[in-house]
Amino acid sequence: MPPRKLVTGVLLAAGSLAGSVLVRRRAARRRERVDFYAEDGSMHSFSEGTVEADRLLPIAHDLLRA
Amino acid sequence: MLGFVDAQQAIADLTEISPQVRDVVVIGADGAPAGSNLDDAAAQQRLADGAKQLVEAAEAMRPGVAQLEAATLAGSVFVVRDGERMIAATTTPEPTVGLVFYDLKTCLRSIEQPKPKPARRRAPAKKKEAEDAAS
Repeated sequence: MPPRKLVTGVLLAAGSLAGSVLVRRRAARRRERVDFYAEDGSMHSFSEGTVEADRLLPIAHDLLRA
Repeated sequence: MLGFVDAQQAIADLTEISPQVRDVVVIGADGAPAGSNLDDAAAQQRLADGAKQLVEAAEAMRPGVAQLEAATLAGSVFVVRDGERMIAATTTPEPTVGLVFYDLKTCLRSIEQPKPKPARRRAPAKKKEAEDAAS
């Protein structure tokens, strides 16, 4: 395979990979979630559908609607 | 911010430096709103009550919560605790989380807390004066 074609192929593959990572990250950010930050510095994140998020998100919706 | 300021000034500074922040309420140790950028007292109380509900629910599930973010598609609600006091804020969708937490903590810590009244000194006992006069 000529080196030019090889470089093009590698660049296309890298671009596709970066694009898919960006799309997945953006999709993950669009999900509703609740993050707890504890006094000891630890953090717990709960996406919609979990017990924690389903209890807190309606309160947040009410506050944002007001 | 170097010194302590009143709540309204601190909130004005916060909303000026952080355009992502919309509504803010500072909740005093007694649980009542101690300052806000909301003009309506009922709206201040609603945000304060909602923030307290969020913290109580979080505390019931995971004890030791110091701060939290509830992120929705319409925006986020942040609550930060500092001792007995709290600050709650709503933001635009997808805010810069670390920056908002930092600004809220800075705002809360810059607000002067009401000082406890100094204890009155007791008047010297009259008995001693009488003893001195006798000697």
